[in-house]
Amino acid sequence: MTDTKVTRRNAIKGVIAAGAVSSAGYLFRTNTVMGQSSAPGSVERLITLEVNGTTRRVDVMKQETLAMTLRYKLGLTGTKLGCDRAECGACTVLIDDVPHYSCSVLTHTARGKKIQTVEGLASADGKLHPVQQGVVEEQGFQCAFCMSGFLMATVGFLKTNPNPTRQEMAHGVSGNLCRCQDYDKILTALMRGAELSRSA
Amino acid sequence: MAVIRDVMPAFELFQPATIDDALNLLDKHGSEAWVMAGGLDSFDWLKDRIKRPSVVVDLSQIKELTGVKEWNGGIEIGAMTTLTDVVRNPIVKEKFSILATGAESAASPQIRNQGTIGGNVSQDTRCWYYRSGWKCYRAGGNTCFADTPTAINREHAIMGASRCVAVNPSDSAPALIALDAKMVIRNKSGERVVDAENYFIGPALDIRRMTVLLPGDLLVAIRIPSTWAGAKFYFEKVRDRPVWDFPLVNIAAAMKVNGDNIESIRMAVNGVAAHPVRLTAVEASLVGKPRNAASADAAGQLAIQGAEPLRHNGYKVPLLRNLVKRAIRGVEEAKWA
Repeated sequence: MTDTKVTRRNAIKGVIAAGAVSSAGYLFRTNTVMGQSSAPGSVERLITLEVNGTTRRVDVMKQETLAMTLRYKLGLTGTKLGCDRAECGACTVLIDDVPHYSCSVLTHTARGKKIQTVEGLASADGKLHPVQQGVVEEQGFQCAFCMSGFLMATVGFLKTNPNPTRQEMAHGVSGNLCRCQDYDKILTALMRGAELSRSA
Repeated sequence: MAVIRDVMPAFELFQPATIDDALNLLDKHGSEAWVMAGGLDSFDWLKDRIKRPSVVVDLSQIKELTGVKEWNGGIEIGAMTTLTDVVRNPIVKEKFSILATGAESAASPQIRNQGTIGGNVSQDTRCWYYRSGWKCYRAGGNTCFADTPTAINREHAIMGASRCVAVNPSDSAPALIALDAKMVIRNKSGERVVDAENYFIGPALDIRRMTVLLPGDLLVAIRIPSTWAGAKFYFEKVRDRPVWDFPLVNIAAAMKVNGDNIESIRMAVNGVAAHPVRLTAVEASLVGKPRNAASADAAGQLAIQGAEPLRHNGYKVPLLRNLVKRAIRGVEEAKWA
């Protein structure tokens, strides 16, 4: 008898359960909603990203940039937001091994691609990436806010030119700004990183 | 500028996988649809909330819009080919190096990795009054804020102005005009091909647009004929910083010489008017002339005929004159005067 009785407690439970179902509805949405296929090219809210070798399911807005998703949805705060205008380079990440300003990429564009952030540079056992090691050895940065961007730009650049001259390296990372104006030491550190990468 | 205001306002996003799907979307949404290529121009507008499209059609997933292929002895470049891919393409490097030099001089490495050749030629002007949302002629108002006695107009036009004094900022555009490139435009009702020099329009023709593209139109490819393959090329871009900055003035010239004489030449400049300017009078004056200081001086003088500088951009007049001289004679021989 008590099973069927409407108690305040059970009513609240029911409301909570119903809420969970309706708010989880978007998780199971596919290209066909209620038997109607959506327009070609329309995008889902819940998408899969491959970040630093791990598959991450994440709920993103249509207008969300990759920098926002990485920092505030996935907690990868090593990617910095400097200008949010493709004018400083602090947010540089690799997408399919190519350096991009993550502030100026829609997260939806990065679906199905390999994203690498500064958190993905060191190996699982904690061994630093050769370019990171070069920075440690040469003490390349002052405040280092720009550092993760510089590291990613360098790692991407070295994939296309593993043995650059100092001049070529400067051109390769010319899309990154350092407000401490510490470019000379940064370049020395990055050149050391390039050297270590070649012997790694 | 450069204020982070959390995220952009919401819009409906479409990422079609084929040109046909994209054209259908553009047709359906008309002037409500914002066409996005690499996004470097778009995001500034959207983040600053100056333009508020309700629908964004992102072309990034359309594979048939990328890549460089041989075409009729020349090449056809998909509109969504990144500037980096254009620069690194072996045929571009070998036959049309002026385009590689022009594209390489744009923006920064990361921007070239994402920015496309189609976007580079179709981008909007960088006039900061217009970009900051001032209700100027180009934005549908009835004033030009850059052409007033107190305006900051160091980077604005010295010719071709009509109410609006904004300039076209593209670095690849003059190279494409020098190479006599053809722009392939498609919409729901078919395809049309426009010469590169006619692709860009000035404010006298339509003050709201930089190119001939209308709502529903899509630039799908750029064809470069074999005509100027391997010619003598000259490209130079003058700017404040060697990275990021748009040109103050840039110049692209393709020349065929016969001994000391100029057999034929095409020359285009940008950063001086609302559209890249092909210097047809200069070209005509040079055909059959020896490639010497006298020809270069005369050509330089001719190039600046009719220039009307504003308060802060008078320097662009001698700059243009000297760039024309350098394009003809090379850097060493041209004297700065």
